[in-house]
Amino acid sequence: MDRPNPITPQLLAGFGIAIVFAAVVPHLVSDFTSFQFTQAMAYGIALLGLNILTGYNGQFSIGHSAFYAVGAYTAAILLYHFEWNHYATLPVAALVAFAVGFLFGLPALRLEGLYLALATFAFAVATPQLLKFDAFEHWTGGVQGLFVPKPEPLIEGLSADQSLYYVTLAIMVLLMAVAWCLLRSRSGRAIMAIRDNPIAASTMGINTALYKTTTFGISAMYTGIAGALSVFVTEFVAPDAFNFFLAVNLLVGSVVGGIVSIPGVIFGGLFLVFVPNFAQDISRAYPFVPPPWAIFGIFLILAIYFVPFGVWGAVERALAWWKRKSAGLGG
Amino acid sequence: MHIRKLLAAAAATALLAGTAQAADMTGITDTTIKIGNTNPYSGPASVYSTIGKTIAAYFKMVNEMGGIQGRQVDFISLDDGYSPPRTVEQVRKLVEQEQVALLFQTLGTPTNSAIHRYVNAKKVPHLFVATGASKWGQPDKYPWTMGFQPTYDVEGEIYAKYVLENVEDPKIAILFQNDDYGKDYRDGFLRGLGDKADELVVSMLPYEVTDPTVDSQILKMKESGANVFFNITIPKFAAQAIRKSCEIEWKPVHFLNNVSSSVGATLTPAGLDCSKGLITAIYMKDPVDPQWKDDPGFKEWVGFMDKHMPGSDLTDVNYAYGYSVARLMHITLDGCGELSREGIMACAANLKGVQLPMVLPGITVDTAPDDFYPIQAEQLSKFDGERWVAFGGIIDASK
Repeated sequence: MDRPNPITPQLLAGFGIAIVFAAVVPHLVSDFTSFQFTQAMAYGIALLGLNILTGYNGQFSIGHSAFYAVGAYTAAILLYHFEWNHYATLPVAALVAFAVGFLFGLPALRLEGLYLALATFAFAVATPQLLKFDAFEHWTGGVQGLFVPKPEPLIEGLSADQSLYYVTLAIMVLLMAVAWCLLRSRSGRAIMAIRDNPIAASTMGINTALYKTTTFGISAMYTGIAGALSVFVTEFVAPDAFNFFLAVNLLVGSVVGGIVSIPGVIFGGLFLVFVPNFAQDISRAYPFVPPPWAIFGIFLILAIYFVPFGVWGAVERALAWWKRKSAGLGG
Repeated sequence: MHIRKLLAAAAATALLAGTAQAADMTGITDTTIKIGNTNPYSGPASVYSTIGKTIAAYFKMVNEMGGIQGRQVDFISLDDGYSPPRTVEQVRKLVEQEQVALLFQTLGTPTNSAIHRYVNAKKVPHLFVATGASKWGQPDKYPWTMGFQPTYDVEGEIYAKYVLENVEDPKIAILFQNDDYGKDYRDGFLRGLGDKADELVVSMLPYEVTDPTVDSQILKMKESGANVFFNITIPKFAAQAIRKSCEIEWKPVHFLNNVSSSVGATLTPAGLDCSKGLITAIYMKDPVDPQWKDDPGFKEWVGFMDKHMPGSDLTDVNYAYGYSVARLMHITLDGCGELSREGIMACAANLKGVQLPMVLPGITVDTAPDDFYPIQAEQLSKFDGERWVAFGGIIDASK
């Protein structure tokens, strides 16, 4: 049987080109644009978590903003109250988010489809309020949030924004590679088997409960790391940043990029950062066009209509078509 | 030869240093001036978007009349949805990409907190921000950020001054919401009482916003023998406190914070009879108050609204707020000799006696290099059973 995600020379070549391109970007654009790309990559990592859960394992979540907040606040609290090194907070944020995700996955196991979606929704709406809750205020900073400065550049000659861009890029590539290895392993096939037919999967001897909760934990871990990176980027956390709108946005990014894909998350992240800005720019430039969020909606509908499997789904289909065509010509 | 090289290098360095010290003219040309703003046009706080729209309409009017010192105002107002990370992104866009000369009326406490250090590191004027927190007036720590409206703690100070001057042998009870807002009010009030605070305050009780009622606090306060009550609560709890003290016939001099001064949201549920005699502080003309019908400032504002924002709901006080604060920005820039970032900041820190159209007569904007709180005066009003009636003179907390 073919493994999912086979390694091909084309894949390696494409990967190499993408890395080289990503590496030169911060030297071609302004610090502000690098900052936007870094934001997009942080979103991309969160989307990766959502894709593993929803796209590959078939569990719905509209509450990933909560795991994003868990990661963000873990990093912020360690930075603000304990003055940790920025990058040392990342593994802790990952662990805490994993633990929260795993624990949340336990009761969620009894819930399927829409009911699970509602449970995660409840988690998402509760999070901003919990962060403002007086008992935690000493740690979370309450409504005012916490300010944490950006990490210093790692290499002399780079600006803080450029340095953070490279760090985020490296982490994203690493996490994508981990996800890719996970999903083409035996465990990955089990994760997907549970999505495709849970009864058949458990008949084959897959421990459905363990796989589902662990997948939930891994998904939350990815999103938590993204949340921690987002703190480095914006230098600030406040409860209002992690509202339900973020949860929906993450789902939008996942679907636009391609929810059953790994590279698609890059396009999803770019969509989340640049399309609202673009919509606002054209709304500002031409008074006769509708307001920005209406334009965003139009872009979203266009994306779903023209690339129903997400951007990466469209790329895969185009590659398959090209392969068939060249094979046909050759024969 | 060697010395010559050194001298040349020194001269070059001096030249560079000289240019670095020259005024920062970013965003200002002979014909334009770029002003940046963030406002919640979407999201939970979008009720405030009328402020951003009013300011945009105001500068459009200014441009039609020839601009400011011959320069057209390019007012760029971006949506941050009241989300701090969005504010950071939009403000970086305004500063680094749009290259605005200054930021004006960025709205919200958490949102402004997120950019507070950034704008000061970048040395961009961050003027007349739209929030009631007290942290925007710290010229020594944040020399580029300035508030606008009276802060919660200033309002607290005003009540304290009134108590000291008008209440014989005051014994004070304070009920406050246990968060930043409540503590801002409380601390301002205690500062206003000065050294005597410890001996005058006989009861100081917090409540949590999650509490069902504040009844037990009111009972304890009555028992303490207090004859002055400072009620720092949001409308729901304010109504409970007014009603309860009325029921148990505790009749102190009752100060209600401006946050809960709405007749509809607080006083009607509490009972208009029970609310008689309440005291609060205001600084703006209430658009629904008939006494301003023939007031020039009010007429000017209505004229602007009719011409530039037809069809708007004139009972929304945010239109009056937006108009007044835009006027302040206009006045600041118009009277400014040196239009550069440093120059504008200096002008904003030297405003004297500026009267704004929808701000109460006699309450003026005054700033100084060590005073970054533009409006610090309010007028006390007493509830007569139907509406708030202003009494006494303007009370200035800065004097």
